[in-house]
Amino acid sequence: MSVIIFADQFQGKVKKSALEAVQYGAQIAQQLGVPAVAVAVGEIDGAELSALGQYGATKVLHVADARLNEPEAGAVTKIVAEAVAKENGAVIVFAHNFAGRSIAPQLSARLKAGFVAGAIGLPDTSAGFVVKKNVFSGKAFANVSITTGKKIVSVMPNTFSLNPGGGSASVEAFAAGLGDADFKIKTVKVETVSGEVPLTEAEIVVSGGRGLKGPEHWGIVEDLAHALGAATACSRPVADSGWRPHHEHVGQTGFTVRPNLYIAIGISGAIQHLAGVNGSKTIVVINKDAEAPFFKAADYGIVGDAFEVVPKLTEAVKKYKGN
Amino acid sequence: MKILVCISKTPDTTAKIAFTDNNTKFSEAGVQFIINPYDEWYALVRALELKEAQGATVHLITVGGADTEAVIRKALALGGDEAFRVNSDSQDSFFIASQIAEIAKQEQYDIIFTGKETIDYNGSSVGGMVAELLGLPFVSIASKLDVNGGTATLKREIEGGEEVVEVSLPLVLSAQKGMAEARIPNMRGIMAARTKPLKVVEPAAAETLTSIVSFELPPAKAGVKMIPADQVEELARLLHEEAKVI
Repeated sequence: MSVIIFADQFQGKVKKSALEAVQYGAQIAQQLGVPAVAVAVGEIDGAELSALGQYGATKVLHVADARLNEPEAGAVTKIVAEAVAKENGAVIVFAHNFAGRSIAPQLSARLKAGFVAGAIGLPDTSAGFVVKKNVFSGKAFANVSITTGKKIVSVMPNTFSLNPGGGSASVEAFAAGLGDADFKIKTVKVETVSGEVPLTEAEIVVSGGRGLKGPEHWGIVEDLAHALGAATACSRPVADSGWRPHHEHVGQTGFTVRPNLYIAIGISGAIQHLAGVNGSKTIVVINKDAEAPFFKAADYGIVGDAFEVVPKLTEAVKKYKGN
Repeated sequence: MKILVCISKTPDTTAKIAFTDNNTKFSEAGVQFIINPYDEWYALVRALELKEAQGATVHLITVGGADTEAVIRKALALGGDEAFRVNSDSQDSFFIASQIAEIAKQEQYDIIFTGKETIDYNGSSVGGMVAELLGLPFVSIASKLDVNGGTATLKREIEGGEEVVEVSLPLVLSAQKGMAEARIPNMRGIMAARTKPLKVVEPAAAETLTSIVSFELPPAKAGVKMIPADQVEELARLLHEEAKVI
Protein backbone atom coordinates (compact mmCIF):
# COMPACT_ATOMS: atom_id res chain seq x y z
CA MET A 1 0.00 0.00 0.00
CA SER A 2 1.07 3.61 -0.42
CA VAL A 3 -0.05 7.22 -0.52
CA ILE A 4 0.31 8.78 -3.98
CA ILE A 5 0.73 12.55 -4.31
CA PHE A 6 0.61 14.48 -7.57
CA ALA A 7 3.34 17.13 -7.30
CA ASP A 8 2.68 19.56 -10.12
CA GLN A 9 5.21 22.02 -11.35
CA PHE A 10 5.33 25.33 -13.11
CA GLN A 11 8.35 26.17 -15.25
CA GLY A 12 10.45 23.47 -13.61
CA LYS A 13 9.63 24.37 -10.00
CA VAL A 14 7.28 22.29 -7.86
CA LYS A 15 4.42 24.62 -6.90
CA LYS A 16 4.09 25.68 -3.29
CA SER A 17 0.54 24.26 -3.19
CA ALA A 18 1.99 20.96 -4.42
CA LEU A 19 4.64 20.96 -1.66
CA GLU A 20 1.80 21.40 0.82
CA ALA A 21 0.05 18.40 -0.80
CA VAL A 22 3.24 16.31 -0.54
CA GLN A 23 3.59 17.16 3.13
CA TYR A 24 -0.11 16.40 3.75
CA GLY A 25 0.13 13.08 1.90
CA ALA A 26 3.31 12.15 3.77
CA GLN A 27 1.54 12.74 7.08
CA ILE A 28 -1.25 10.37 6.04
CA ALA A 29 1.39 7.85 4.91
CA GLN A 30 3.02 8.07 8.30
CA GLN A 31 -0.34 7.47 10.05
CA LEU A 32 -0.86 4.40 7.87
CA GLY A 33 2.76 3.24 8.08
CA VAL A 34 3.18 3.15 4.30
CA PRO A 35 5.47 4.98 1.82
CA ALA A 36 4.58 8.39 0.35
CA VAL A 37 5.14 8.34 -3.40
CA ALA A 38 5.09 11.60 -5.35
CA VAL A 39 4.30 11.71 -9.06
CA ALA A 40 5.84 14.52 -11.13
CA VAL A 41 5.48 15.24 -14.84
CA GLY A 42 7.32 17.37 -17.37
CA GLU A 43 10.90 18.59 -17.41
CA ILE A 44 12.12 19.09 -13.83
CA ASP A 45 15.60 19.02 -12.39
CA GLY A 46 16.45 15.84 -10.42
CA ALA A 47 17.55 17.90 -7.40
CA GLU A 48 14.19 19.69 -7.31
CA LEU A 49 12.48 16.28 -7.21
CA SER A 50 14.69 14.61 -4.61
CA ALA A 51 14.10 17.68 -2.42
CA LEU A 52 10.48 16.50 -2.11
CA GLY A 53 11.99 14.20 0.53
CA GLN A 54 12.22 17.27 2.77
CA TYR A 55 8.42 17.24 2.84
CA GLY A 56 8.19 13.52 3.52
CA ALA A 57 8.10 11.88 0.08
CA THR A 58 10.00 8.59 0.08
CA LYS A 59 10.07 8.20 -3.69
CA VAL A 60 9.27 10.28 -6.77
CA LEU A 61 7.97 8.76 -10.00
CA HIS A 62 8.99 11.13 -12.77
CA VAL A 63 7.50 11.17 -16.27
CA ALA A 64 10.08 13.43 -17.94
CA ASP A 65 7.99 14.11 -21.03
CA ALA A 66 8.28 17.68 -22.35
CA ARG A 67 4.71 17.48 -23.66
CA LEU A 68 3.68 17.52 -19.99
CA ASN A 69 5.32 20.83 -19.06
CA GLU A 70 1.73 22.00 -19.28
CA PRO A 71 0.00 19.15 -17.46
CA GLU A 72 -2.64 17.94 -19.95
CA ALA A 73 -5.40 16.77 -17.62
CA GLY A 74 -6.32 13.60 -19.51
CA ALA A 75 -2.72 12.45 -19.84
CA VAL A 76 -1.95 13.17 -16.19
CA THR A 77 -5.10 11.34 -15.09
CA LYS A 78 -3.76 8.28 -16.92
CA ILE A 79 -0.28 8.67 -15.38
CA VAL A 80 -1.59 8.98 -11.83
CA ALA A 81 -3.95 6.02 -12.37
CA GLU A 82 -0.98 3.92 -13.50
CA ALA A 83 1.10 5.06 -10.53
CA VAL A 84 -1.78 4.05 -8.25
CA ALA A 85 -1.85 0.60 -9.87
CA LYS A 86 1.95 0.18 -9.70
CA GLU A 87 2.33 1.33 -6.09
CA ASN A 88 -1.00 -0.01 -4.82
CA GLY A 89 -2.09 3.52 -3.86
CA ALA A 90 -4.75 3.65 -1.16
CA VAL A 91 -4.94 7.42 -0.76
CA ILE A 92 -4.26 9.86 -3.59
CA VAL A 93 -3.53 13.50 -2.79
CA PHE A 94 -3.64 16.59 -5.03
CA ALA A 95 -3.30 20.30 -4.36
CA HIS A 96 -6.67 22.00 -4.77
CA ASN A 97 -5.14 24.24 -7.41
CA PHE A 98 -5.92 24.64 -11.09
CA ALA A 99 -4.37 21.31 -12.11
CA GLY A 100 -5.84 19.43 -9.15
CA ARG A 101 -9.34 20.73 -9.82
CA SER A 102 -9.06 19.38 -13.33
CA ILE A 103 -7.38 16.01 -12.76
CA ALA A 104 -8.70 14.78 -9.39
CA PRO A 105 -12.39 14.51 -10.42
CA GLN A 106 -11.45 12.62 -13.58
CA LEU A 107 -9.34 10.21 -11.55
CA SER A 108 -12.17 9.84 -9.03
CA ALA A 109 -14.59 8.74 -11.76
CA ARG A 110 -11.98 6.47 -13.36
CA LEU A 111 -11.05 4.64 -10.14
CA LYS A 112 -14.50 4.99 -8.51
CA ALA A 113 -12.58 6.46 -5.60
CA GLY A 114 -14.45 8.98 -3.44
CA PHE A 115 -13.05 12.51 -3.71
CA VAL A 116 -13.08 15.38 -1.21
CA ALA A 117 -12.13 18.70 -2.81
CA GLY A 118 -10.36 21.36 -0.77
CA ALA A 119 -9.47 19.62 2.51
CA ILE A 120 -8.60 21.91 5.41
CA GLY A 121 -7.75 19.17 7.93
CA LEU A 122 -5.97 15.83 7.97
CA PRO A 123 -8.35 12.86 7.64
CA ASP A 124 -9.89 11.55 10.82
CA THR A 125 -9.42 7.79 10.63
CA SER A 126 -10.90 6.95 14.06
CA ALA A 127 -14.17 5.93 12.39
CA GLY A 128 -13.69 5.46 8.67
CA PHE A 129 -12.02 8.24 6.69
CA VAL A 130 -13.51 11.66 7.33
CA VAL A 131 -12.10 14.86 5.86
CA LYS A 132 -12.99 18.42 6.80
CA LYS A 133 -13.56 20.87 3.97
CA ASN A 134 -14.95 24.35 3.35
CA VAL A 135 -18.56 24.54 2.22
CA PHE A 136 -20.82 27.48 1.40
CA SER A 137 -17.69 29.18 0.07
CA GLY A 138 -16.05 29.43 3.46
CA LYS A 139 -19.17 30.26 5.48
CA ALA A 140 -19.12 26.75 7.04
CA PHE A 141 -17.22 23.45 7.14
CA ALA A 142 -18.41 19.93 6.35
CA ASN A 143 -16.95 16.66 7.57
CA VAL A 144 -17.16 14.33 4.60
CA SER A 145 -16.73 10.58 4.79
CA ILE A 146 -15.17 8.78 1.83
CA THR A 147 -16.83 5.40 1.67
CA THR A 148 -14.77 3.72 -1.06
CA GLY A 149 -11.60 1.61 -0.73
CA LYS A 150 -9.40 4.12 -2.57
CA LYS A 151 -9.65 7.70 -1.47
CA ILE A 152 -8.80 11.00 -3.17
CA VAL A 153 -8.26 14.28 -1.31
CA SER A 154 -7.26 17.68 -2.66
CA VAL A 155 -5.64 20.05 -0.20
CA MET A 156 -6.73 23.69 0.06
CA PRO A 157 -3.67 25.87 -0.70
CA ASN A 158 -2.18 27.92 2.14
CA THR A 159 -3.89 25.84 4.81
CA PHE A 160 -0.95 23.81 6.10
CA SER A 161 2.32 25.64 6.68
CA LEU A 162 5.36 23.99 5.20
CA ASN A 163 7.78 22.44 7.61
CA PRO A 164 10.70 21.02 5.61
CA GLY A 165 12.99 18.45 7.22
CA GLY A 166 16.23 16.89 6.05
CA GLY A 167 15.04 13.95 3.92
CA SER A 168 15.81 13.16 0.30
CA ALA A 169 13.56 11.15 -2.01
CA SER A 170 14.73 8.63 -4.58
CA VAL A 171 13.77 9.59 -8.11
CA GLU A 172 12.60 6.90 -10.51
CA ALA A 173 11.88 7.40 -14.21
CA PHE A 174 8.32 6.39 -14.92
CA ALA A 175 6.90 5.62 -18.35
CA ALA A 176 3.15 5.68 -18.63
CA GLY A 177 2.95 4.69 -22.30
CA LEU A 178 1.33 7.89 -23.48
CA GLY A 179 0.16 8.12 -27.07
CA ASP A 180 -1.01 11.10 -29.08
CA ALA A 181 -4.61 10.17 -28.26
CA ASP A 182 -3.86 11.00 -24.61
CA PHE A 183 -3.22 14.65 -25.48
CA LYS A 184 -6.64 15.90 -26.49
CA ILE A 185 -6.10 19.41 -25.14
CA LYS A 186 -3.44 21.40 -26.96
CA THR A 187 -1.86 24.36 -25.20
CA VAL A 188 -1.49 27.14 -27.75
CA LYS A 189 -0.18 29.92 -25.57
CA VAL A 190 0.83 30.49 -21.96
CA GLU A 191 0.72 34.02 -20.58
CA THR A 192 2.28 34.52 -17.22
CA VAL A 193 2.77 37.65 -15.28
CA SER A 194 6.35 37.25 -14.13
CA GLY A 195 7.51 38.69 -10.86
CA GLU A 196 4.03 38.70 -9.37
CA VAL A 197 2.86 36.36 -6.64
CA PRO A 198 -0.03 34.09 -7.75
CA LEU A 199 -3.09 35.13 -5.75
CA THR A 200 -4.18 31.67 -4.66
CA GLU A 201 -0.70 30.79 -3.35
CA ALA A 202 0.11 34.12 -1.75
CA GLU A 203 0.87 34.29 1.97
CA ILE A 204 -0.07 37.95 2.03
CA VAL A 205 -2.83 39.56 -0.03
CA VAL A 206 -3.50 43.28 -0.35
CA SER A 207 -6.98 43.91 -1.67
CA GLY A 208 -8.76 47.08 -2.80
CA GLY A 209 -12.42 48.00 -3.10
CA ARG A 210 -14.64 50.76 -4.37
CA GLY A 211 -13.31 53.03 -1.63
CA LEU A 212 -10.24 53.61 -3.83
CA LYS A 213 -12.50 55.51 -6.24
CA GLY A 214 -10.84 54.44 -9.50
CA PRO A 215 -8.19 52.28 -11.16
CA GLU A 216 -5.75 55.21 -11.27
CA HIS A 217 -5.41 54.97 -7.48
CA TRP A 218 -4.20 51.38 -7.43
CA GLY A 219 -0.57 52.49 -7.05
CA ILE A 220 -0.90 52.63 -3.27
CA VAL A 221 -2.23 49.05 -3.22
CA GLU A 222 0.57 47.85 -5.47
CA ASP A 223 3.25 49.69 -3.47
CA LEU A 224 2.08 48.07 -0.23
CA ALA A 225 1.85 44.66 -1.93
CA HIS A 226 5.35 45.11 -3.31
CA ALA A 227 6.77 46.04 0.10
CA LEU A 228 5.15 42.94 1.61
CA GLY A 229 5.87 40.51 -1.25
CA ALA A 230 2.11 40.17 -1.50
CA ALA A 231 -0.39 39.45 -4.25
CA THR A 232 -3.03 42.04 -5.13
CA ALA A 233 -6.75 41.34 -5.18
CA CYS A 234 -10.02 43.24 -5.37
CA SER A 235 -13.72 43.11 -4.53
CA ARG A 236 -16.43 42.21 -7.01
CA PRO A 237 -17.60 45.75 -7.91
CA VAL A 238 -14.01 46.63 -8.77
CA ALA A 239 -13.65 43.64 -11.13
CA ASP A 240 -17.11 44.23 -12.59
CA SER A 241 -16.29 47.87 -13.36
CA GLY A 242 -13.15 46.73 -15.15
CA TRP A 243 -10.82 48.61 -12.78
CA ARG A 244 -8.93 45.38 -12.18
CA PRO A 245 -8.81 42.04 -14.06
CA HIS A 246 -11.41 39.37 -13.21
CA HIS A 247 -8.77 36.97 -11.93
CA GLU A 248 -8.11 39.31 -8.98
CA HIS A 249 -11.72 39.09 -7.77
CA VAL A 250 -11.92 37.53 -4.32
CA GLY A 251 -15.25 36.48 -2.83
CA GLN A 252 -18.06 34.00 -3.09
CA THR A 253 -18.21 34.17 -6.89
CA GLY A 254 -14.50 34.85 -7.34
CA PHE A 255 -11.56 33.18 -5.66
CA THR A 256 -11.37 31.94 -2.12
CA VAL A 257 -8.04 32.81 -0.51
CA ARG A 258 -6.50 31.76 2.78
CA PRO A 259 -3.42 33.90 3.24
CA ASN A 260 -1.66 34.51 6.54
CA LEU A 261 -2.46 38.19 6.17
CA TYR A 262 -5.31 39.80 4.22
CA ILE A 263 -5.33 43.59 4.07
CA ALA A 264 -8.64 45.04 2.84
CA ILE A 265 -8.52 48.67 1.73
CA GLY A 266 -11.76 50.51 1.02
CA ILE A 267 -13.83 47.30 1.01
CA SER A 268 -17.05 47.44 3.03
CA GLY A 269 -17.17 43.68 3.64
CA ALA A 270 -20.36 42.37 2.06
CA ILE A 271 -21.17 38.81 3.13
CA GLN A 272 -20.15 37.51 -0.32
CA HIS A 273 -16.71 39.08 -0.02
CA LEU A 274 -16.20 37.81 3.53
CA ALA A 275 -16.97 34.26 2.35
CA GLY A 276 -13.94 34.38 0.08
CA VAL A 277 -11.49 35.63 2.71
CA ASN A 278 -12.61 34.45 6.13
CA GLY A 279 -10.13 31.57 6.09
CA SER A 280 -7.34 34.17 6.30
CA LYS A 281 -5.32 33.90 9.50
CA THR A 282 -5.10 37.64 10.13
CA ILE A 283 -7.36 40.28 8.58
CA VAL A 284 -6.61 44.01 8.55
CA VAL A 285 -9.33 46.40 7.47
CA ILE A 286 -8.69 50.01 6.46
CA ASN A 287 -11.89 51.93 5.78
CA LYS A 288 -13.03 55.49 6.33
CA ASP A 289 -16.49 54.28 7.37
CA ALA A 290 -16.38 53.13 10.99
CA GLU A 291 -19.66 51.25 10.39
CA ALA A 292 -18.24 49.08 7.59
CA PRO A 293 -19.31 45.48 8.34
CA PHE A 294 -15.80 44.24 7.53
CA PHE A 295 -14.51 45.51 10.90
CA LYS A 296 -16.57 42.79 12.63
CA ALA A 297 -14.61 40.13 10.74
CA ALA A 298 -11.23 41.83 11.19
CA ASP A 299 -8.37 41.30 13.63
CA TYR A 300 -6.99 44.83 13.25
CA GLY A 301 -8.77 47.89 11.97
CA ILE A 302 -8.01 51.48 11.10
CA VAL A 303 -10.77 54.02 10.46
CA GLY A 304 -9.19 56.52 8.13
CA ASP A 305 -8.53 57.79 4.65
CA ALA A 306 -6.84 55.05 2.62
CA PHE A 307 -4.86 57.62 0.63
CA GLU A 308 -3.16 58.76 3.84
CA VAL A 309 -3.03 55.51 5.81
CA VAL A 310 -1.81 53.09 3.14
CA PRO A 311 1.38 54.95 2.07
CA LYS A 312 2.31 55.31 5.76
CA LEU A 313 1.73 51.60 6.28
CA THR A 314 3.93 50.83 3.27
CA GLU A 315 6.77 52.88 4.83
CA ALA A 316 6.20 51.26 8.23
CA VAL A 317 6.28 47.66 6.99
CA LYS A 318 9.50 48.23 5.03
CA LYS A 319 11.27 48.39 8.39
CA TYR A 320 10.21 44.84 9.15
CA LYS A 321 10.68 43.43 5.68
CA GLY A 322 14.20 44.89 5.44
CA ASN A 323 13.84 46.57 2.05
CA MET B 1 -24.60 22.31 -32.44
CA LYS B 2 -26.10 20.70 -29.36
CA ILE B 3 -25.21 22.04 -25.93
CA LEU B 4 -25.97 20.83 -22.42
CA VAL B 5 -25.74 23.19 -19.43
CA CYS B 6 -25.65 21.62 -15.97
CA ILE B 7 -27.66 23.65 -13.48
CA SER B 8 -27.47 23.42 -9.72
CA LYS B 9 -29.78 25.02 -7.17
CA THR B 10 -27.87 26.88 -4.43
CA PRO B 11 -28.74 29.24 -1.58
CA ASP B 12 -28.56 32.92 -2.49
CA THR B 13 -25.11 34.47 -1.92
CA THR B 14 -26.48 36.59 0.94
CA ALA B 15 -28.00 33.57 2.73
CA LYS B 16 -27.16 33.11 6.37
CA ILE B 17 -25.87 29.58 6.83
CA ALA B 18 -27.30 27.44 9.65
CA PHE B 19 -27.75 23.73 10.27
CA THR B 20 -30.38 21.52 11.89
CA ASP B 21 -30.73 17.90 13.03
CA ASN B 22 -27.65 17.98 15.22
CA ASN B 23 -25.62 19.81 12.55
CA THR B 24 -26.21 17.18 9.89
CA LYS B 25 -28.62 19.10 7.65
CA PHE B 26 -28.53 22.52 6.01
CA SER B 27 -31.37 24.65 7.37
CA GLU B 28 -33.48 25.88 4.48
CA ALA B 29 -35.68 28.05 6.70
CA GLY B 30 -35.88 31.55 5.25
CA VAL B 31 -33.32 30.77 2.56
CA GLN B 32 -33.88 31.97 -0.97
CA PHE B 33 -32.58 29.66 -3.70
CA ILE B 34 -30.99 30.69 -6.97
CA ILE B 35 -29.28 29.09 -9.94
CA ASN B 36 -25.66 28.54 -8.92
CA PRO B 37 -24.04 31.80 -10.15
CA TYR B 38 -21.27 30.05 -12.11
CA ASP B 39 -23.87 27.90 -13.89
CA GLU B 40 -26.07 30.87 -14.72
CA TRP B 41 -23.90 33.94 -15.27
CA TYR B 42 -21.14 32.24 -17.18
CA ALA B 43 -22.07 28.75 -18.43
CA LEU B 44 -25.69 29.29 -19.43
CA VAL B 45 -25.23 32.80 -20.82
CA ARG B 46 -22.23 31.73 -22.93
CA ALA B 47 -24.25 28.77 -24.25
CA LEU B 48 -27.05 31.18 -25.21
CA GLU B 49 -24.58 33.53 -26.91
CA LEU B 50 -23.31 30.62 -29.00
CA LYS B 51 -26.90 29.71 -29.85
CA GLU B 52 -27.60 33.28 -30.98
CA ALA B 53 -24.37 33.61 -32.96
CA GLN B 54 -24.07 30.20 -34.56
CA GLY B 55 -27.36 28.39 -34.00
CA ALA B 56 -27.57 25.67 -31.35
CA THR B 57 -30.01 23.73 -29.23
CA VAL B 58 -29.46 24.37 -25.53
CA HIS B 59 -30.56 21.67 -23.09
CA LEU B 60 -30.47 22.07 -19.34
CA ILE B 61 -30.09 19.40 -16.71
CA THR B 62 -30.41 19.42 -12.96
CA VAL B 63 -30.29 16.62 -10.44
CA GLY B 64 -32.68 17.47 -7.66
CA GLY B 65 -36.12 17.12 -6.13
CA ALA B 66 -39.31 18.88 -7.26
CA ASP B 67 -38.16 22.00 -5.37
CA THR B 68 -35.48 22.61 -8.04
CA GLU B 69 -38.10 23.30 -10.70
CA ALA B 70 -38.26 27.03 -9.96
CA VAL B 71 -34.58 27.49 -10.80
CA ILE B 72 -34.76 25.29 -13.88
CA ARG B 73 -37.78 27.31 -15.12
CA LYS B 74 -35.71 30.46 -14.64
CA ALA B 75 -32.92 28.93 -16.72
CA LEU B 76 -35.50 28.15 -19.41
CA ALA B 77 -36.74 31.74 -19.19
CA LEU B 78 -33.22 32.96 -19.91
CA GLY B 79 -33.30 31.00 -23.16
CA GLY B 80 -32.71 27.27 -22.65
CA ASP B 81 -34.77 25.16 -25.07
CA GLU B 82 -35.65 22.20 -22.92
CA ALA B 83 -34.70 20.72 -19.58
CA PHE B 84 -34.19 17.46 -17.75
CA ARG B 85 -34.65 17.02 -14.04
CA VAL B 86 -33.27 13.82 -12.62
CA ASN B 87 -35.39 13.20 -9.58
CA SER B 88 -32.87 12.66 -6.77
CA ASP B 89 -31.72 14.59 -3.72
CA SER B 90 -28.23 13.09 -3.76
CA GLN B 91 -25.33 15.41 -2.82
CA ASP B 92 -22.64 13.01 -4.01
CA SER B 93 -20.75 14.41 -7.01
CA PHE B 94 -20.14 11.00 -8.59
CA PHE B 95 -23.80 10.01 -8.36
CA ILE B 96 -24.83 13.36 -9.90
CA ALA B 97 -22.17 13.11 -12.64
CA SER B 98 -23.36 9.57 -13.45
CA GLN B 99 -26.92 10.86 -13.98
CA ILE B 100 -25.74 13.66 -16.28
CA ALA B 101 -23.51 11.24 -18.23
CA GLU B 102 -26.45 8.88 -18.66
CA ILE B 103 -28.58 11.57 -20.35
CA ALA B 104 -25.59 12.86 -22.34
CA LYS B 105 -24.92 9.40 -23.78
CA GLN B 106 -28.42 9.39 -25.25
CA GLU B 107 -28.40 12.99 -26.44
CA GLN B 108 -24.83 13.26 -27.82
CA TYR B 109 -23.90 16.87 -27.01
CA ASP B 110 -21.09 18.84 -28.66
CA ILE B 111 -20.43 20.94 -25.56
CA ILE B 112 -21.30 20.25 -21.93
CA PHE B 113 -21.00 23.24 -19.60
CA THR B 114 -20.75 23.20 -15.84
CA GLY B 115 -19.95 26.09 -13.53
CA LYS B 116 -16.48 26.26 -11.94
CA GLU B 117 -18.02 24.98 -8.71
CA THR B 118 -21.26 25.34 -6.80
CA ILE B 119 -21.28 27.98 -4.11
CA ASP B 120 -22.80 25.55 -1.58
CA TYR B 121 -20.72 22.36 -1.53
CA ASN B 122 -17.76 23.77 -3.50
CA GLY B 123 -17.00 20.34 -4.95
CA SER B 124 -15.75 21.50 -8.37
CA SER B 125 -16.01 17.84 -9.33
CA VAL B 126 -19.05 17.14 -11.50
CA GLY B 127 -17.61 18.46 -14.80
CA GLY B 128 -14.42 16.41 -14.61
CA MET B 129 -16.35 13.32 -13.61
CA VAL B 130 -18.84 13.70 -16.48
CA ALA B 131 -15.92 14.09 -18.91
CA GLU B 132 -14.30 10.92 -17.62
CA LEU B 133 -17.55 8.94 -17.75
CA LEU B 134 -18.06 10.01 -21.37
CA GLY B 135 -14.39 9.72 -22.40
CA LEU B 136 -14.28 13.43 -23.36
CA PRO B 137 -11.62 16.09 -22.74
CA PHE B 138 -12.27 18.43 -19.78
CA VAL B 139 -11.14 22.05 -19.71
CA SER B 140 -11.52 23.41 -16.19
CA ILE B 141 -12.01 26.98 -14.99
CA ALA B 142 -12.35 28.49 -18.43
CA SER B 143 -12.85 32.24 -18.70
CA LYS B 144 -13.35 32.36 -22.48
CA LEU B 145 -14.75 29.99 -25.08
CA ASP B 146 -14.92 30.40 -28.83
CA VAL B 147 -16.12 27.74 -31.22
CA ASN B 148 -15.01 27.61 -34.82
CA GLY B 149 -16.38 24.63 -36.72
CA GLY B 150 -15.35 21.53 -34.82
CA THR B 151 -12.69 23.27 -32.72
CA ALA B 152 -13.07 25.07 -29.42
CA THR B 153 -10.54 27.65 -28.26
CA LEU B 154 -10.58 28.35 -24.56
CA LYS B 155 -8.74 30.54 -22.13
CA ARG B 156 -8.21 29.04 -18.71
CA GLU B 157 -6.49 30.25 -15.60
CA ILE B 158 -3.34 28.71 -14.22
CA GLU B 159 -1.25 29.77 -11.23
CA GLY B 160 0.18 33.17 -12.01
CA GLY B 161 -1.30 33.50 -15.48
CA GLU B 162 -3.55 32.19 -18.18
CA GLU B 163 -3.26 29.73 -21.00
CA VAL B 164 -5.02 29.37 -24.30
CA VAL B 165 -5.93 25.81 -25.29
CA GLU B 166 -7.49 24.22 -28.32
CA VAL B 167 -9.60 21.10 -28.29
CA SER B 168 -11.82 19.30 -30.78
CA LEU B 169 -15.51 18.98 -29.97
CA PRO B 170 -17.12 17.31 -28.15
CA LEU B 171 -15.82 18.54 -24.81
CA VAL B 172 -16.78 19.28 -21.21
CA LEU B 173 -15.79 22.56 -19.61
CA SER B 174 -16.25 24.38 -16.33
CA ALA B 175 -16.99 28.07 -16.68
CA GLN B 176 -15.91 30.94 -14.53
CA LYS B 177 -16.02 34.69 -14.41
CA GLY B 178 -15.05 36.42 -17.63
CA MET B 179 -16.85 34.02 -19.96
CA ALA B 180 -20.05 36.07 -20.23
CA GLU B 181 -22.06 38.78 -18.52
CA ALA B 182 -25.12 38.05 -16.38
CA ARG B 183 -28.53 38.51 -18.02
CA ILE B 184 -32.00 39.08 -16.62
CA PRO B 185 -34.88 37.07 -18.09
CA ASN B 186 -37.49 39.20 -19.89
CA MET B 187 -41.26 38.79 -19.71
CA ARG B 188 -41.44 37.01 -23.04
CA GLY B 189 -38.84 34.51 -21.88
CA ILE B 190 -40.67 33.95 -18.59
CA MET B 191 -43.96 33.31 -20.41
CA ALA B 192 -42.30 30.99 -22.94
CA ALA B 193 -40.55 29.03 -20.19
CA ARG B 194 -43.90 27.88 -18.80
CA THR B 195 -44.55 25.70 -21.81
CA LYS B 196 -41.02 24.57 -22.63
CA PRO B 197 -40.45 20.83 -22.10
CA LEU B 198 -39.17 19.86 -18.65
CA LYS B 199 -38.73 16.10 -18.55
CA VAL B 200 -38.57 14.45 -15.16
CA VAL B 201 -36.60 11.21 -15.20
CA GLU B 202 -35.89 8.79 -12.40
CA PRO B 203 -32.19 8.33 -11.55
CA ALA B 204 -30.18 5.53 -13.13
CA ALA B 205 -28.44 3.09 -10.81
CA ALA B 206 -25.12 4.65 -9.73
CA GLU B 207 -22.71 4.46 -6.85
CA THR B 208 -22.33 7.02 -4.09
CA LEU B 209 -18.67 7.52 -3.12
CA THR B 210 -18.93 10.06 -0.27
CA SER B 211 -21.36 11.19 2.40
CA ILE B 212 -21.52 14.27 4.60
CA VAL B 213 -21.22 13.31 8.27
CA SER B 214 -21.72 16.75 9.84
CA PHE B 215 -21.39 20.50 9.39
CA GLU B 216 -19.63 23.11 11.52
CA LEU B 217 -19.67 26.88 11.61
CA PRO B 218 -16.35 28.73 11.84
CA PRO B 219 -15.40 29.94 15.32
CA ALA B 220 -16.33 33.56 15.97
CA LYS B 221 -13.55 36.14 15.70
CA ALA B 222 -12.18 37.32 19.04
CA GLY B 223 -12.93 40.94 18.14
CA VAL B 224 -11.17 43.64 16.24
CA LYS B 225 -8.33 45.69 17.68
CA MET B 226 -8.74 49.28 16.46
CA ILE B 227 -5.66 51.40 15.82
CA PRO B 228 -5.92 55.19 15.48
CA ALA B 229 -5.27 56.45 11.94
CA ASP B 230 -2.29 58.53 13.12
CA GLN B 231 -0.53 55.47 14.58
CA VAL B 232 -0.03 53.37 11.47
CA GLU B 233 3.45 52.31 12.70
CA GLU B 234 1.70 50.61 15.61
CA LEU B 235 -0.25 48.43 13.15
CA ALA B 236 2.99 47.37 11.46
CA ARG B 237 4.48 46.56 14.86
CA LEU B 238 1.46 44.45 15.87
CA LEU B 239 1.51 42.57 12.58
CA HIS B 240 5.18 41.82 13.17
CA GLU B 241 5.26 41.11 16.89
CA GLU B 242 1.76 39.97 17.82
CA ALA B 243 0.24 38.39 14.70
CA LYS B 244 3.74 37.45 13.41
CA VAL B 245 2.62 37.69 9.79
CA ILE B 246 5.20 40.16 8.48
